[in-house]
Amino acid sequence: MKHAYARAQAISQIVLACLLLLLPGITAFAGAAGQVAEDSADPAHGDAFIDSSIGDASTLIPILASDSASHSVAGLIYNGLVKYDKDLNLIGDLAESWEILDKGLTIRFHLRKNVFWHDGQPFTSRDVLFTYRIMCDPKTPTAYADPFLQVKDARALDDFTFQVHYEKPFAPALESWGLSVLPEHLLKGKDIVKSPLSRHPVGTGPYIFQSWESGAKITLQANPRYFEGRPCIDRYVYRVIPDSATMFLELKSGTIDRMGLTPMQYTRQTDTPYFRQYFKKYCYLSFSYTYLGYNLKNPLFKDSRVRQAISCAIDKQELIDVVHMGLGQIATGPYKPGTWVYNPEVKKYPFNHHQARELLSKAGWEDHDGDGVIDRDGTPFQFTILTNIGNNERAKCAEIIQYRLAQVGIRVKIRIIEWASFINQFINQRRFEAVILGWTIPQDPDLYDIWYSGKTKPEELNFISYSNAEVDGLLIKARNTFDQNERRKYYFRIQEILAEEQPCTFLYVPDALPVISSRFHGIEPAPIGIDYNFIKWYVPKREQKYVP
Amino acid sequence: MSDPLYAQQSDFWYRFAQDKLAVSGGLIVISLFMLSFLAPYISPCDPTAIDARHVLTAPSTKHLFGTDDLGRDVLSRVLMGAGISLKVGFFAVGISVLIGVLLGSIAGYYGKFIDMVIMRFVDTMLCIPSFFLIITLIALFEPSIWIIMIVIGATSWMGVARLIRAEFLSLKQREFVLAARAAGAGDLRIIFMHILPNALAPVLVYATLGIASAILIESALSFLGIGVQPPTPSWGNILTAGKDNIEIAWWLSLFPGLAILITVLGYNLLGEGIRDSLDPRLR
Amino acid sequence: MLHYLFKRIMAMIPMLIGITMISFAIIHIAPGSPADLLIQMNPKASPDAKARLRAYYGLDKPLPVQYYYWLKRIAVLDFGFSFSPDGRKVADKIFERMPVTVTLNVLSLLLIMAVALPLGILSSMYQHSFLDKCSTVFVFLGFAWPSFWLALLLMMLFGVKLGWLPISGLTSLNHDTLSLLGMAADYARHLLLPVLVSAFGGLAGMSRYVRSSMLEVIRQDYIITARAKGLEERSIIYRHALRNALLPIITLLGLSVPGLIGGSVIFETIFSIPGMGQLFWASAMSRDYPLIMGMLVIGSGLTLMGNLIADLSYALADPRIRVK
Repeated sequence: MKHAYARAQAISQIVLACLLLLLPGITAFAGAAGQVAEDSADPAHGDAFIDSSIGDASTLIPILASDSASHSVAGLIYNGLVKYDKDLNLIGDLAESWEILDKGLTIRFHLRKNVFWHDGQPFTSRDVLFTYRIMCDPKTPTAYADPFLQVKDARALDDFTFQVHYEKPFAPALESWGLSVLPEHLLKGKDIVKSPLSRHPVGTGPYIFQSWESGAKITLQANPRYFEGRPCIDRYVYRVIPDSATMFLELKSGTIDRMGLTPMQYTRQTDTPYFRQYFKKYCYLSFSYTYLGYNLKNPLFKDSRVRQAISCAIDKQELIDVVHMGLGQIATGPYKPGTWVYNPEVKKYPFNHHQARELLSKAGWEDHDGDGVIDRDGTPFQFTILTNIGNNERAKCAEIIQYRLAQVGIRVKIRIIEWASFINQFINQRRFEAVILGWTIPQDPDLYDIWYSGKTKPEELNFISYSNAEVDGLLIKARNTFDQNERRKYYFRIQEILAEEQPCTFLYVPDALPVISSRFHGIEPAPIGIDYNFIKWYVPKREQKYVP
Repeated sequence: MSDPLYAQQSDFWYRFAQDKLAVSGGLIVISLFMLSFLAPYISPCDPTAIDARHVLTAPSTKHLFGTDDLGRDVLSRVLMGAGISLKVGFFAVGISVLIGVLLGSIAGYYGKFIDMVIMRFVDTMLCIPSFFLIITLIALFEPSIWIIMIVIGATSWMGVARLIRAEFLSLKQREFVLAARAAGAGDLRIIFMHILPNALAPVLVYATLGIASAILIESALSFLGIGVQPPTPSWGNILTAGKDNIEIAWWLSLFPGLAILITVLGYNLLGEGIRDSLDPRLR
Repeated sequence: MLHYLFKRIMAMIPMLIGITMISFAIIHIAPGSPADLLIQMNPKASPDAKARLRAYYGLDKPLPVQYYYWLKRIAVLDFGFSFSPDGRKVADKIFERMPVTVTLNVLSLLLIMAVALPLGILSSMYQHSFLDKCSTVFVFLGFAWPSFWLALLLMMLFGVKLGWLPISGLTSLNHDTLSLLGMAADYARHLLLPVLVSAFGGLAGMSRYVRSSMLEVIRQDYIITARAKGLEERSIIYRHALRNALLPIITLLGLSVPGLIGGSVIFETIFSIPGMGQLFWASAMSRDYPLIMGMLVIGSGLTLMGNLIADLSYALADPRIRVK
């Protein structure tokens, strides 16, 4: 499922996609072709679903896109070989089944037959092989190539059997085949960057591309020949509404059917009888966390006591209460609370000014000159927190952290920078002292790219320059291990070390707050979220709003 | 060789005092000045003090203008913002006047080829949508308060240059200038000591209106997220924070919005008043 | 007349060159070159691709030569390809957005004229009256009201509370199924608020100009003569004063184009209108250099067009210029 692909792969592979731009208002919607629904309620066909986003998609060839808008729409148009089901298990998508051979070194996919591209051509293993080759082609400007470079050999055994072989055990291997499969017959021998498919995609998914008015809306039509059955909702419209206040007004007037609420809207603006009648709100822990990352190359942050002190000086619950109106959980490490890999028993840093000051003075930082700012060898403790434009929550966090750190004598400046230059000029060139950013939390716990000490080159993801030999070893062992219990042991240990060392201060895991018009039925929140069974959502005939 | 400047002055004040709108504009501007200077002393709270328990509380006796989305006192922030917004206005206009006066007087005084080149440059700048330029420059650099002021100034000097040039063209033939030249004064002396003081009156009008525009431009930039950056309060960024909560916290957009509205109105009325009073023909 | 047109167009050429020079300079004072940025965004760009890019932008050449190459390409409206992942032609991206923005601004200009002319004339005829003062305050109120705030308030009132008008966007979902008349009505309903807000903001400049222009003309000798002859006041105002006072306003119309185009960034963002303003904002934020440069040049080109049209109308209306 593209959803998993977008989230999980984007995460571990590249900066642009990875420092997830959690813009308020962007519904991190990635269409999921749901599994076959268990109940056989009358799924009335018809009506349209009007989704909303603050940004337009950039390209509908998903391997080229690094923005969530593009992945959201492309997710409804393409399929991968595998996807996550609602309980976060990998199940077949374009692959009907698969065999794991050679102790996990080889995966053999048996593909679905009778799957057709939207233009009528049959889907075969050649499309998969072609997509794999595109991913490995150095000329393809994709952010998600890494797992495919681990493949030693890939071949199409016959029209509906595809086999890949790895040199070493590679735990995230199966998940990586959630990759969107592209049509060979339309792309072969052509420059993918200039392909018309980026504006007129042709996939195998539940929705067929219809039109794209730049900056305004993208319209998709239900695919009547979809292999899991025709989606109930006939039309899917992705509307671009750049201003978040405007978007909320549109929602209230009923002209859009879904948006991601801000915490303030969720708690204080949607509690009216009108709203309860016409909308359903959902609230579940998102797959992402927000953190305060330090540049560990900077002498200020070399001493782990200083980082621990800052963690103590920040009231994480206050951040959640003020910025997210209480909708979220304190983060203690890079995993989502409640998942199999999450270690709840790590060292925690409750809000405690006294302890923060003590740790700082142990590290030599005290207010010697009485100006209210702590200093060491005559230099005051001050640094700048960078974050990106367009994310209110992060900016607010920065302001609260600034206020709290001032109370222990640390002077903080805030700079908010637009995304492209933030990544190119500050993150990639390591020109920062501290940042507030978010990471998405992948379904597969492999975090090699973020924490491995060798991943610190420009454009690589360990931009805080974290280096710990034990963590390095554990990361490699864990990604080369298939047994979940054994992997869990390694990841538990990694979380202990990260909690002790505080290479960054893990702040919180926010709640996702989608709201959907109440005329849509069949939405069943599950561990993965709500989007997984989008094709089974329906509007009863009498409630249908957009009737042709 | 009496400079015409002094003769005008008493007339000017008489006419100005007659114009009620202009006087009220002037009063608004003066009271704003006082407020922004007094802000640190009369602010009831620390404008950056965060209060998690009082997020978006309605106006009350404790917080006259209510609190914002981080529980900060809106009154204190609007008062602080007065200083910031005025600073942006003044520096931006200062820069634009500086550039405009320099280029305008050179063009007007020397004329001929220099004039042609400079005026072509002015015309060209007038053609480029200045808001595009401002956005580009801020995106390329960073949205610090200094960059914002410089960029606004650097894209709004063309009017001043034109005004000054026109004044120079007519003034440089006047007898008091010719007299100065006969007395052996150099170019610089003539430009700065004799002509410029007489040419500045229309610039005053322009500057007054320019401050108003600069405050509006800052608020537009704040709306886009590239205005004055937090935690520094500017009216623009308070209003933008209010925009997102407009339905539950009217106070967060009303007060900074009114502050902008009244200030810009005040500067405009004042500017118009000065213009009318300077130009007796319009009376 | 043709001669005049030719002269005006020739005069535009140095301006066009100036515009391209400024646009080029602005991008090149930024740290890092455009191609470096593209390469940074795509760490996997092969040396081959980098070399091609360098050649395309002529980056191995000194700046003036680079400028010359760029100028040669934009002379045939080739602005290159956008840096965004879709890699589309810059010109295509801009031209598909232009009709909306131009329509919106023309409508807003028309509305400004329709309100500002009578308002300015009345103000000048009844100078210092209560009406004059009211109109002064009214037009300045429009100027001073932060447009995004006003827009939001109106959207809340007409879109949500009263439900009379759509909130944002350009068309309804069922737009394609409507009759021709229905389509027009649909556009009108969507454009009403944006045009209203935009025009309210631009009223001050125009109406104040009309007012002072009229005041000036009324004091001219020929008006005094007309009065002395005992002509009716109406006929003095409408036949003699108005015509001469309004001529310079045509020029002002041309000059107000850049402000409107710039302002469309705000309107199009708050009203979700897919025009040039939104495109420019997106391109500036993602540092899409070819697109930024293209937008600066084309945006300024639109102003030049506006000025040209204004000059021509002026010439048509004023026999003195036509004859010359």
